[in-house]
Amino acid sequence: MTEKNLKQAREYVGISQVAGPLVAVKGIHNVGYNELAEVIDPDGNVRLGSILECSEGAAVIQVFEGTSGLSIPDTRIRFRGEPLTMGVSGELFGRVFNGLGQPIDGGPAPRAEMNMDVNGLPINPTAREYPRKFIQTGISAIDGMNTLVRGQKLPIFSGTGLPHNRIVAQITRQAKIIGEDTSFAVVFAAMGIKHDVAQYFIRNFEESGVLEKVVLFLNLADDPSVERLVTPRTALTAAEYLAFTMNMHVLVILTDMTNYCESLREISTIREEIPSRKGYPGYLYSDLSNIYERAGMISGIDGSITQMPILTMPNDDISHPVPDLSGYITEGQIVLERDLDHRNIYPPIAGLPSLSRLMKDGIGEGMTREDHAHVASQLFAAYSHVKDVRALAAVIGAEELTPLDKVYLEVGDRFEREFLSQGEYEDRSITETLDIGWSVISHLPKEELYRISEEELNKYYGK
Amino acid sequence: MLEIIGKVDKVIGPVVHAREIDKARMLDLVEVGDYHLVGEIVKLDRDRAVIQVYEDTTGLAPGTNIYSAGVPLSVDLGPGLIGTIYDGIQRPLEVIRDSSDQYIQKGIHVSPLDREKKWQYKPSLAPGIGVSGGEIVGTVQETVLIEHKVLIPPGVAGKVTWVIDEGEYNVDETVATVENSDGDSVAVKMSQRWPVRKGRPVRERKPLSIPLITGQRVIDTLFPVAKGGTVVVPGGFGTGKTMIQHALSKWSDADLIVYIGCGERGNEMTDVLIEFPKLIDPRSKRPIMERTILIANTSNMPVAAREASIYTGITIAEYYRDQGYHVAIMADSTSRWAEALRELSGRMEEMPADEGYPAYLPTRLAEFYERAGMVQTLGGDQGSISIVGSVSPPGGDFSEPVTQHSKRFVRCTWALDRQLANARHYPAISWLDSYSEYVEEISGWWEENFGGEWMDLRRRIMDLLQNEGKLQQVVKLVGPDVLPDTQRIVLETCTMFKNAFLQQNSFDKIDMFCVPEKQVKMLQVILEFYDLGLENINKGATIHQIKKLEVTSDIMRMKFSVGNDEIEKIDEIRDKLNRSMQRIAEMFE
Repeated sequence: MTEKNLKQAREYVGISQVAGPLVAVKGIHNVGYNELAEVIDPDGNVRLGSILECSEGAAVIQVFEGTSGLSIPDTRIRFRGEPLTMGVSGELFGRVFNGLGQPIDGGPAPRAEMNMDVNGLPINPTAREYPRKFIQTGISAIDGMNTLVRGQKLPIFSGTGLPHNRIVAQITRQAKIIGEDTSFAVVFAAMGIKHDVAQYFIRNFEESGVLEKVVLFLNLADDPSVERLVTPRTALTAAEYLAFTMNMHVLVILTDMTNYCESLREISTIREEIPSRKGYPGYLYSDLSNIYERAGMISGIDGSITQMPILTMPNDDISHPVPDLSGYITEGQIVLERDLDHRNIYPPIAGLPSLSRLMKDGIGEGMTREDHAHVASQLFAAYSHVKDVRALAAVIGAEELTPLDKVYLEVGDRFEREFLSQGEYEDRSITETLDIGWSVISHLPKEELYRISEEELNKYYGK
Repeated sequence: MLEIIGKVDKVIGPVVHAREIDKARMLDLVEVGDYHLVGEIVKLDRDRAVIQVYEDTTGLAPGTNIYSAGVPLSVDLGPGLIGTIYDGIQRPLEVIRDSSDQYIQKGIHVSPLDREKKWQYKPSLAPGIGVSGGEIVGTVQETVLIEHKVLIPPGVAGKVTWVIDEGEYNVDETVATVENSDGDSVAVKMSQRWPVRKGRPVRERKPLSIPLITGQRVIDTLFPVAKGGTVVVPGGFGTGKTMIQHALSKWSDADLIVYIGCGERGNEMTDVLIEFPKLIDPRSKRPIMERTILIANTSNMPVAAREASIYTGITIAEYYRDQGYHVAIMADSTSRWAEALRELSGRMEEMPADEGYPAYLPTRLAEFYERAGMVQTLGGDQGSISIVGSVSPPGGDFSEPVTQHSKRFVRCTWALDRQLANARHYPAISWLDSYSEYVEEISGWWEENFGGEWMDLRRRIMDLLQNEGKLQQVVKLVGPDVLPDTQRIVLETCTMFKNAFLQQNSFDKIDMFCVPEKQVKMLQVILEFYDLGLENINKGATIHQIKKLEVTSDIMRMKFSVGNDEIEKIDEIRDKLNRSMQRIAEMFE
């Protein structure tokens, strides 16, 4: 036996302290930071944990499955001598796992082609391929104004009660690359969401016939909260294998990132760390970036990881640390707006705060249409003016507006009713989307369309 | 070289406590554990030390050895820096990729400079001459744009006893020997090392007087920065901080750009890597990559190296400044650097000040920004470092510590505005919240080069914008119709100025870069529109007659329609404006 095997076989009886999900042990051999520990409760059940802090002969372990039922003298500990890994292969599809990557659908563990460290490694920026391939989602507000490209990380900033799940389900149903028939494989990671939400997604995957191309990782609201901290990591490890080893295009849905962050705060508080904003730990940004930055493409490899995290903004506040720090890492954001939802506009995608940073390189001639950039920019400008006019109309009354501003009001309504609003099963092509955009802005006089070139006006204005 | 200086006692993320330490000094570079992870000593207490580790510490166990060569964290300075992309501790990422795989594994040790490559070296000194630190020994054409000057390292002085012949050598070659006052012979190599946390010495600091021309109208005309100046760019997410940094890297007239991607997105660095080699500098007609050095420590790379990346960047910049170049540093984003400080400070259990940041945050910021400036180098040349640091305030709230402290140590602020960004008005630099203290200092340059009225034009448009800001308050309450036409012409002119001048499309072939001369002419036309319009209104014309003039759409489009090499076309637009206004005037005479 090698030294490593010997150490793995050692079992320590008795722990020195339990506090929340943390267990402290003493009198052990020296173990490595972030490596895996097995915590065996008095009933003989094995729970997994990772080492948060290690010093000479001692360690603090964070137990993923919770610490209820552990006792000081009877708990036994073993150390694996390596970080948490996930066994991956093409047989992951159609299977359901818990946050640790263990199957919970009653089936046996899938055959593992290789074991990958769930923490991943940073991709070398020089090895990345810049994403520029347009994904048509069939939703005008996204395709037309906040274009998603393959390999992007584009979160949905939502609020409680808003239809983010329906929008994501629609995107997974409709997402395609024009001119390619490769479909997306889906990795779905649920963190602290309700059973019925998980059911809704599974039903949707079934209905659209993609279930055999879906891998599910479920950590539901009543599952241990510490397990939530590894759920996105195991899911992304599976996604990395599918994308960069099996050359597939993977769409990763992470929901709900707010729950993830709350778990992180929970652990941080128990460890008595110095908090930054709203009690979240100072390393929240670095921690989130370790998840979000695992999206992308690598040059020389066909596959890609496109991330669509969903997060609910507490109290619809976009400046809350979770959406705020996410927005600094992700490549844009789709923001849902309660006011639009109340007016029965689906999808209620807010016109102005939504943004796709990678849009500029994925649109235009040869990708979508030559007028795309200018039309989108003009729609943003016009809608921004509409917001000002509406604010003014609320004060002085719509009758008192200048004739031009009255036209703007109408354009605003049309934009929301005709462009934004669409059916849950309506799959618009990019040409349709842009044509609707033109029909909306064509109500404005030509002089107002200062972000559009002369030729484009001649070709599309009022047509 | 490496000796065992102690053992790992405790590991908490990137912070490692060590015991049985001997022969260690503060800020010494160390290698930790079996993987030889790179770290730096940040605290000493008898035989114990705290080390911040620049790599992922997963698997690092107590009891493993700590090694050190007894030197501080330093960078290699010599030919071959330009066009390279480094991580936060100057490891070349392309070499790392070629030697392993697409991921950055830990414990990789590679040389920052290519030690094999031969450079054509030309000596510029003869034996027998007395020299001192900072003087030029010889030159290497590093890229077409940059002639690399090999310098006597600071602190070395004496008589040159030998120089190498012209020829091809690698960076480790001794190119001259100097006999110092003690009679010792010092070998001067083509490359040298310098500790990153210590500024390189200069002869004296000079006043600032030349603008850093950026080709961005809102910057050059309204809120200019001088060569050697410092700017902070605060803005919430999505307001375009990175876009501004990219635009400046591409189009500003600095000799050399050091771009530090500090804790930001991986794809942004990839974007730069793909785009810059293709972009051609409008002045030198050479690829922009030939004057760019990139430091990329993306958000998911180890946090301690993020802290170091800022220092690595500025030390490299100082080295080129010492060769007599004007260097501009883009630090994107200094908030991530401050957060790295906070994270490390928290793990060392230091007492926090504002929002968990350590109390020494302002000191560190001041030290960094003070390394900018226009200087006379030790060799007698003029060189400068300008710093543009972006700040990412949480929730877009500028009252947070990093924004507030940074503003105390810089003299120019480009405040990015959420409302403007939402309306896709880019660059979203707010004309009401931004300021530049360099206007007076550089006005001489503008007036010398583009006529005496620059200051006056600038002051007039700023007045109009301030005036418009007040009028908008009224409009928000009662609508524009109640304002007299003499005030509505102010609103119209400002709307025109914002759309036709301030807004600039960085993806448009013509508009992405605007020469100073075009900026002056555009501003003249817009102000003339105001003057003549107001004159006509006073004669009895209405605002609608003036708004309806066909020439307004020519003015609106001149940024796209008039190329940088055909600015005289703006004169034609100006003539047309004069004729149109004249026709209105005639109706009332």
